Amino acid sequence: MRDLETGDALPTQTYRVRRADLVRYAGASGDFNPIHWSDRVAASVGLPGVIAHGMFTMALAARALDTWAGAPGRVRELSCKFTKPVVVPDDDEGVEVVVAGTVKNLTEDGVHIALEVSSGGEKVLGMPKAVLARG
Amino acid sequence: MAVDSGLVGRTFPPTDPYTVSHEKVLEFARATGAECDGQTAPPTFPIVVAFAAMTALMEDPDVGIALHRVVHGDQRFTYVRPVRVGDRLSAALTVDSLRQIGGADIIGTRSEITDQRGDLVCTAYATLVHRGEDQP
Repeated sequence: MRDLETGDALPTQTYRVRRADLVRYAGASGDFNPIHWSDRVAASVGLPGVIAHGMFTMALAARALDTWAGAPGRVRELSCKFTKPVVVPDDDEGVEVVVAGTVKNLTEDGVHIALEVSSGGEKVLGMPKAVLARG
Repeated sequence: MAVDSGLVGRTFPPTDPYTVSHEKVLEFARATGAECDGQTAPPTFPIVVAFAAMTALMEDPDVGIALHRVVHGDQRFTYVRPVRVGDRLSAALTVDSLRQIGGADIIGTRSEITDQRGDLVCTAYATLVHRGEDQP
């Protein structure tokens, strides 16, 4: 990890999410809730469509952190609230999830990072933040 | 039915040990697009083990949770070290807090994930929102 300083903006990461990604994540994580793959079930509980697993969106935030850290295994803390569902249409385009990050401060614990995770211009995670081990 | 307030402070028995395989780590990394060195699991991988502990809580008939009324409110991980291939992990869930807001139960859980030596690897905190029956 390069030397980070308070106030540094980290390179924004953009990830495309398609319906097949949710099916694959369901299998990898063991979370087979049908609101993440069935339009019929999603509509029956009042959702506008199939939504991404909150934990999938959080995993994308973690992916950005690993990229910024330059190596896996550097994340010491990671947290967020699940505030707005990411609707993933059944088409070839899918949706984009954008992960931005800013260095808040450096302590003995590590590098404290405030994240911003959005889709379609709206924030989808509440107060996402992380601590990376200092390199 | 509201969740019993006697639940606060209760710790559930640890989940059956989960052996972290190379294949499962790669599968999880590919599913989330994460870079993977083949040994280190991505940061949110411990949810696989914590999820088993949360499911046991939600399916306990004495607890009074209706599974289809539960929404994941927030999630926090603190790591002692990353999860690695070969770890045998077990999660012990404690109910830390219980509040009622607008007819919903807000259940704060903490799952301590330990390895085969009994050493703490990661703590996964999840807030589960259990909506009341009069709510959409």
